Amino acid sequence: MLSPEVLTVLIAMLGGAIRVSTPYLFVALGETLTEKSGRINLGLEGNLVLGAMMAYAVSFHTGQPWLGVLAACGAGLFLGLLHGVICSLPRVNDIAVGIALMSFGTGAAFFFGKPYIQPQAPRLEGLALGEWSSNPALKQALLINPLFFLGIAIAVLLWWALANTRPGLILRMTGDSEASARAMGVNPVRVRILATVAGGGLAGIGGAFLSLSYPGSWNEGLSSGQGLMAVALVIFARWNPLRCVWAALLFGAAGAIGPALQSVGISQGYYFFNAAPYILTLFIMIASARAGLAAQSAPGELSIVK
Amino acid sequence: MDGTLKPTAAVAVGGARLRMTAEAIVIPLASVCAAAALFSLFLLFLGKSPGQFFALIWQGGFGSSFSIQNTLQRSSPIILTALAFAVPAIIGLTMIGAEGALVLGGFAAAVTALPLIALGVPVGLTLPLVAVAAMATGAGLIMIVGWLRHARSVNETISSLLLTYIAIATMSFFVEGLLRDPGSANKPSTTPIGKDYMVGSIPGTDVHWGFVAGLVLAVALWVLMARTTFGFAARVTGGNPRAAKAQGLPVGGLILACSAISGACAGLAGFFEVTAIHGQANASLVAGYGFAGILVSFLGRHNPLAIVPIAILFGAIEASGGLIQRRMGLPDATSALLQGLIFVLLLASDTLHGRLAIFREREAR
Repeated sequence: MLSPEVLTVLIAMLGGAIRVSTPYLFVALGETLTEKSGRINLGLEGNLVLGAMMAYAVSFHTGQPWLGVLAACGAGLFLGLLHGVICSLPRVNDIAVGIALMSFGTGAAFFFGKPYIQPQAPRLEGLALGEWSSNPALKQALLINPLFFLGIAIAVLLWWALANTRPGLILRMTGDSEASARAMGVNPVRVRILATVAGGGLAGIGGAFLSLSYPGSWNEGLSSGQGLMAVALVIFARWNPLRCVWAALLFGAAGAIGPALQSVGISQGYYFFNAAPYILTLFIMIASARAGLAAQSAPGELSIVK
Repeated sequence: MDGTLKPTAAVAVGGARLRMTAEAIVIPLASVCAAAALFSLFLLFLGKSPGQFFALIWQGGFGSSFSIQNTLQRSSPIILTALAFAVPAIIGLTMIGAEGALVLGGFAAAVTALPLIALGVPVGLTLPLVAVAAMATGAGLIMIVGWLRHARSVNETISSLLLTYIAIATMSFFVEGLLRDPGSANKPSTTPIGKDYMVGSIPGTDVHWGFVAGLVLAVALWVLMARTTFGFAARVTGGNPRAAKAQGLPVGGLILACSAISGACAGLAGFFEVTAIHGQANASLVAGYGFAGILVSFLGRHNPLAIVPIAILFGAIEASGGLIQRRMGLPDATSALLQGLIFVLLLASDTLHGRLAIFREREAR
């Protein structure tokens, strides 16, 4: 029998992992979609923060949190469009543009978000899936936001579409070999712009989760770099949308260990766990680089695996 | 025969060089103007005066000796982190780990300073030792990235980003635990090193010595990369690593050396952040200087000398933020938004290089 304290930590971690992982899931799916087309977007942090601000502002003005989610998606689409178009110009460095759009996106979010730091906006309600249980901690942990399930649905859809549909095939072909895409009459520039736009929109939805669900308010320290870590998550998931779910849950669990331990009075030393996913990703990169695995699962046109 | 050819050749080369220089200056300037014009439209839309806005940037950035000092002070960490990006970029590596090297270097500075101070080592010896510790720590971090790139073909961009997060978590681990000053209640920090051990200002100013260090390093690294065989070998490797290897250049050694220089620059930035500004290591070190440096280096085309004026320009925009906030009632993020816009347009303008007819050499018919 588990001692009550261990149980408390485990339940808190379960709930925490689901909560913390949702924004990771959306940025990871967005980045996967973009990278599958052969381009990297390092600027999803900007999409995440601008999305969070837009979601909060729209939810505050309309009273409709779901309209906020739409607005966040729109903000993400806009930044994705900027990235996609600018990076399609010859001689422009995609990594630098990503970082520039990150600073532009967060700058815009802080500029327009100033009036929304104080007021309370309607939040997205979670689905109470723990009603059957009498344990209040478990009830709390199973109060899961619908966006989490939306993320999983998108992951499954992406996984299926990439393998079984014509657009999915075109996307993978463009990412693996620009020359064959051209030979098949596909315009790689257009495919990459579309993939970056769609990926940016997904990252924006991840931002809506931050401001409308957990932590559930808008302020300038809302994101702790989840958007920047999208690149690591995608490597961790080896460009597979289904594995993005597991990668996001793992990163989320590592982030949730701290608060979970705090619930039983341990408040020190958990920073090591925060770093654990990054150390693990680094080791995966080292191992796969040696074995040539990267060449197998990564899109061939992607600059970061060359 | 040679005599008749030479002058024309010299004129042609001189003309080409002039055109290239003109291109390298006119295109970035035009894109800064475009960003300013776009931002003016935006301000008009908000009902604010663009004239007042840019006048305030001038006033807050360069208008008085106080604002000039403020500008230079803010530009110094950016100069150092931009150099940290530029040197590996010259050898063909995109390393974005300056933020991590800055944080870990600053942390190492705070941690090594404390026992030295406790032992009563004089200031004149403590600070150089602490600076060396900070630079060595930063260099060590980025050398891991360089080694993984060279020996294990691990992509340097991603590994440096991961190591940045690992570095920040490492600092938090110690600052919130073992090495936490019990006096730092709200913001966990290491024990302050105390006023006596802080790096002072350049005499007659409020600017700390980090700015001078940035200037000296920018000149030294320009000489190293542009005027020495080491720099030549690094540029050859950056241009074509395979050719460099075929020529017998020690590619691995060059990569490690450039990584070490890069990490040392960023570590030095961390040293000055701790010993000249904060006096202790805490989360304030994670201020985004590493990422700003990447963009400044790109805008300066990874030329160590060009980095300095660009970093000063961005320092001025930051320094004038407070004034703009007070006088025009705009949020403090205004300068961040303007900076972001300038960055995006300047990077996009890279596509114009070599494509504008007026800068192109007229073909000999």
